[in-house]
Amino acid sequence: MPRVAGAPIVEARGLSKAYGDRRVVSDVTFRVEAGECLGLLGPNGAGKTTTIRMVTCFTAPSAGTLVVLHMPVVPANHAAIKARLGIVQQEESLDPDLTVEQNLVVYASYFGIPRSTAIRRADALIDFAELADHRRAMIRTLSGGMKRRLMLARALLNDPALLVLDEPTTGLDPQARRLVWERIRTLKRDGTTILLTTHYMDEAAQLCDRLIIMDDGRIIVEGTPEELIAAHVGTEVVEVYLSGGERTDVIDRLAAGPWRTERVGHVLYLYLRDGQAGAGMFGALDGLDFTRRRATLEDVFLTLTGHALRD
Amino acid sequence: MLPTRRAFRVWRRNLESWKRYAVSFFVAAVGEPIFYLLAIGYGLGRFVAPMEGVPYAAFLAPGMIAFTAMNTATFETTFGSFTRMTEQNTYAAILATPCSVADIVAGDVLWAASKGMISVVFVLVLTAACGLLASPLAVVLVPVGFLVGLLFACLGMVVTARAPSYDFFNYYFTLGISVMFLFSGVFFPLDSLPVWARSFAWFLPLTHAVDVCRALATGTAGLAVVGDLAWIVVVTAVTFVVAERWIRRRVLP
Repeated sequence: MPRVAGAPIVEARGLSKAYGDRRVVSDVTFRVEAGECLGLLGPNGAGKTTTIRMVTCFTAPSAGTLVVLHMPVVPANHAAIKARLGIVQQEESLDPDLTVEQNLVVYASYFGIPRSTAIRRADALIDFAELADHRRAMIRTLSGGMKRRLMLARALLNDPALLVLDEPTTGLDPQARRLVWERIRTLKRDGTTILLTTHYMDEAAQLCDRLIIMDDGRIIVEGTPEELIAAHVGTEVVEVYLSGGERTDVIDRLAAGPWRTERVGHVLYLYLRDGQAGAGMFGALDGLDFTRRRATLEDVFLTLTGHALRD
Repeated sequence: MLPTRRAFRVWRRNLESWKRYAVSFFVAAVGEPIFYLLAIGYGLGRFVAPMEGVPYAAFLAPGMIAFTAMNTATFETTFGSFTRMTEQNTYAAILATPCSVADIVAGDVLWAASKGMISVVFVLVLTAACGLLASPLAVVLVPVGFLVGLLFACLGMVVTARAPSYDFFNYYFTLGISVMFLFSGVFFPLDSLPVWARSFAWFLPLTHAVDVCRALATGTAGLAVVGDLAWIVVVTAVTFVVAERWIRRRVLP
């Protein structure tokens, strides 16, 4: 396979997917460059997983062009593309009747990796996934975090040119998440190209070089975490907790400031840009219950996709 | 889509995960036909006149061999494949590798046929030891067991492709498998039946499997066996294509 220097690992142009009349992905254009970690963010139903499924040859696009690892995504190329992809799906899919080690060795066989090589790689990946004490354990005895690390190890057996992670830490406890993040950062340092979806903003901030926020099947914004925060929120956020007994003119005065405000239930958010956190603001806040913090990706996300619940 | 040699990697996976359950498999697959042979073949057989020139137990034995291949293969591609496709997400995991849906379906049906053949070998050895197989041609029942297993594996796969839940298999087992078990010539010759009943039986896959098995066991195999084998091969090929297409639409929407 000719390796085109500088060509992106994934190039999607005008990518769409419709089931009947229902459009789940609409006209999506993006690239994943070699060596970067690109995050797809969005509320439930935004089209993240469908986009990932198209990139990984699981779902045929309804329209648009898609080139993955310098090959057009068409049925004739599926096997060649998947041979160089590492995929961690959302649902656990380990073989319950096999041990940790057997899971890896059997999975390697699907790639045509010779058994002796498979055993050697499985060995190294069991260490990488910190499962050395569980080599001969059955899958049902593993914790959620161990299973996820084993899924990650399994996706690395073929030394993939692109690692695709669909919500890699959903459902894990904080310690388990941190360990998975740490393993993913190790892969990043080694130059692995990663495409991941998440709806955790802290995960996106921790892992991604660049982000795409999707909603309703479309891309709404794209940029580095810092760029997105600066462009859509500012530098700081003040959250004012309203008890309901405040005088309206106090609230009106806050809302009339040079900053953007948003009220969600009993919380009033003030989004501050550089230099707006001055004496005037603190005067207006006098006597109110509030906290002041740095702007985060979560603010970007909620600003762009709204506070309404998505089910 | 057609399978590649990657299907054998899927076959191998099924073998690896089955090893743990080999003992319970033998009890389930071989116990049932043996008990039928004892109760119906020898027990009831004492009160039954010889059929097609042989004692009733010898008449029943090849029928039980065909039934064994059917039963084993059917369980594997209904409950077994359905579990891999849904509960365990095994299909999704394998599809993240160069293996295609055709490879997975082929791997599963080849595995189901292999299991069918293994159980046939056991029943064959036991019935031969009891002197129920007249012809040395009965050895050919081993590859025939594989073919019959393949036929019912593909049929089961078609049902699995459309099954919304495990309960759906009740329909297939009651209206398909049980009907075939009772009306495909396992227990009595079909020649004595009225034409409409014989015509109905011609459409039952097990009828052709029983015909082939009995002809080989009694050493009366003639040209009719070729017709039965052709029927089995054609239906196996068609159901494989249908199963692959339906499973593909289901797992890769």
